[in-house]
Amino acid sequence: MMEYRVEIALWAISGIIPFFMLNIWTNNNLNESINISDVMLSRYFLCAFFVRQFSVVWVVFSFEEDSLMGKVSPYLIQPLNPFFRYFAQHLAEQITRFPFALIIAFFFFIFNPESLWIPNLGILLLSIVSTFLSFLMQFLIQSIVACLCFWTEKASSIERLLFIPTLFLSGLLAPVVSFPAYVKSWIYLTPFPYLIDFPANLLSGNETNISGGLSMQILWIFLLFPLFKKIWSEGTKKYTAMGS
Amino acid sequence: MVQNIIDVRNLSKSFDISSKEPGLKGTIKHFFRRQTKSLKVIKDISFEIKEGEIVGFLGANGAGKTTILKMLCGLIFPSQGSILVSGYLPFRRKEDFLKNITLIMGQKQQLIWDLPPIESFYLNASIYDLDKFEAKKRIKKLSEMLEIDEELFIPVRKLSLGQRMKSELLAALIHEPNILFLDEPTLGLDINAQRNLRKFLQKYNKETNATICLTSHYMKDITSLCKRVICVHEGAISYDGKLDLLLKKLSPVKEVLIVCRSEEDAIKLENSGFTIKNKIKNEITIKIDNNSITSSLKTILNNFDIEDLFINEPPIDEVIGKVLIKKNYDI
Repeated sequence: MMEYRVEIALWAISGIIPFFMLNIWTNNNLNESINISDVMLSRYFLCAFFVRQFSVVWVVFSFEEDSLMGKVSPYLIQPLNPFFRYFAQHLAEQITRFPFALIIAFFFFIFNPESLWIPNLGILLLSIVSTFLSFLMQFLIQSIVACLCFWTEKASSIERLLFIPTLFLSGLLAPVVSFPAYVKSWIYLTPFPYLIDFPANLLSGNETNISGGLSMQILWIFLLFPLFKKIWSEGTKKYTAMGS
Repeated sequence: MVQNIIDVRNLSKSFDISSKEPGLKGTIKHFFRRQTKSLKVIKDISFEIKEGEIVGFLGANGAGKTTILKMLCGLIFPSQGSILVSGYLPFRRKEDFLKNITLIMGQKQQLIWDLPPIESFYLNASIYDLDKFEAKKRIKKLSEMLEIDEELFIPVRKLSLGQRMKSELLAALIHEPNILFLDEPTLGLDINAQRNLRKFLQKYNKETNATICLTSHYMKDITSLCKRVICVHEGAISYDGKLDLLLKKLSPVKEVLIVCRSEEDAIKLENSGFTIKNKIKNEITIKIDNNSITSSLKTILNNFDIEDLFINEPPIDEVIGKVLIKKNYDI
């Protein structure tokens, strides 16, 4: 069991990019250029860490491996879409990550006591909803890419291409507000800022358009879901059950 | 009258296969101009299977047996023709259809590797809408039939292949399907485990009247379970009918080893008009037509002084081996 506990701890630690970014921002006083205080910036990156912990998705890698190894075949003849299995796995792992994420947050506040804040209950609930919607969006995006396995066998390569805009435009490396105005107007038309930036701003108490952000998240889910269903239905016709 | 549960008409399946020459040059060429060709692996086949039948699919590696099973259970989409299984088009994967079938593929597993099998059983029970009480009842019944008990609570990764296979079967049968598609279910199992599995399948078929479609390279699986076989050769059906008829057709003679009391009797027998395979001192092996085996043996026992006699069936693997390399068998 020891190795499993260590593995879970490593998962949680592997998502600490936002803390590195916080360090880069504060050491270089970059926040001054966008009028965000040190405290608000550190809260933002802590929240980005939390949102990332509970919305990270790896379904494309799991599905690709299962598809190539023939493990998808028994799932396909059960009266449940195999993606529900992956969805349940993700939820289970999020619950497992929770205590480790809390421990990391505890140490964060030990070293940054001035950043400690308690969000009000309403904001906390909306942030949980928004983080879950972010998870749904990422799950749908990756599931669509995963379905390309029916055609290409190596859908994870396409996902890696998608990871680049996700990294830069989602708010993981920098708050979207730090981008020039004309770039921001374009970024907000994509799903990326609603993956990390919007829920992290909401939770950290930064100024944000709550109803607009939640509506965009729901809109993207409504756009992505039928696309997933269509690509799934077309893809399964191409399935060759290789490896089994 | 027993109804057809599987009805296949003019079924064909083609796959697009790409090929690559070896080496860097081949890789670059493959990257820019991939050569693909369409390979027809199943060619216009038709057959029916009645409810409760156990049918064995025989064929060499790559003949198309598994592809047929995959199309019958709805896993892959046919290129041409029609399939009706229990009144459903398999590929549509309707919930009622999927609740009625199961597919077991050799060593491919659906059990969760790091958890005990019992967890996978309850997961499958939920997927098939079984309540906890019903699931518990079925797990108990099937585990008794399969003779597994403590193994249910040990992580799958720590089970032996035989124990895993039994657990796989339990997971695949928890919803009590009427149609079982088994693709080499005894692959890799030891002789005792193979025998137990066969006994279990016979019992399951008898108790539930389930239809079983089976592929196996172990002839014992076929001979002990299947009265009917469908032989597949290069994607086409080369024989569809009773197994014993096929065996009779392919091995019309039996070999009889006769031990005479003296070498003189052996010489007398050698010259009495029987087809002789070989003779060593007072032991003589003759070939007798299946149709005249009783009368021929009666003649020999009445006219010669015989010490011992052995009737040898030709090895089944050898006989079936002939089917796998021939295009057509009209019986």
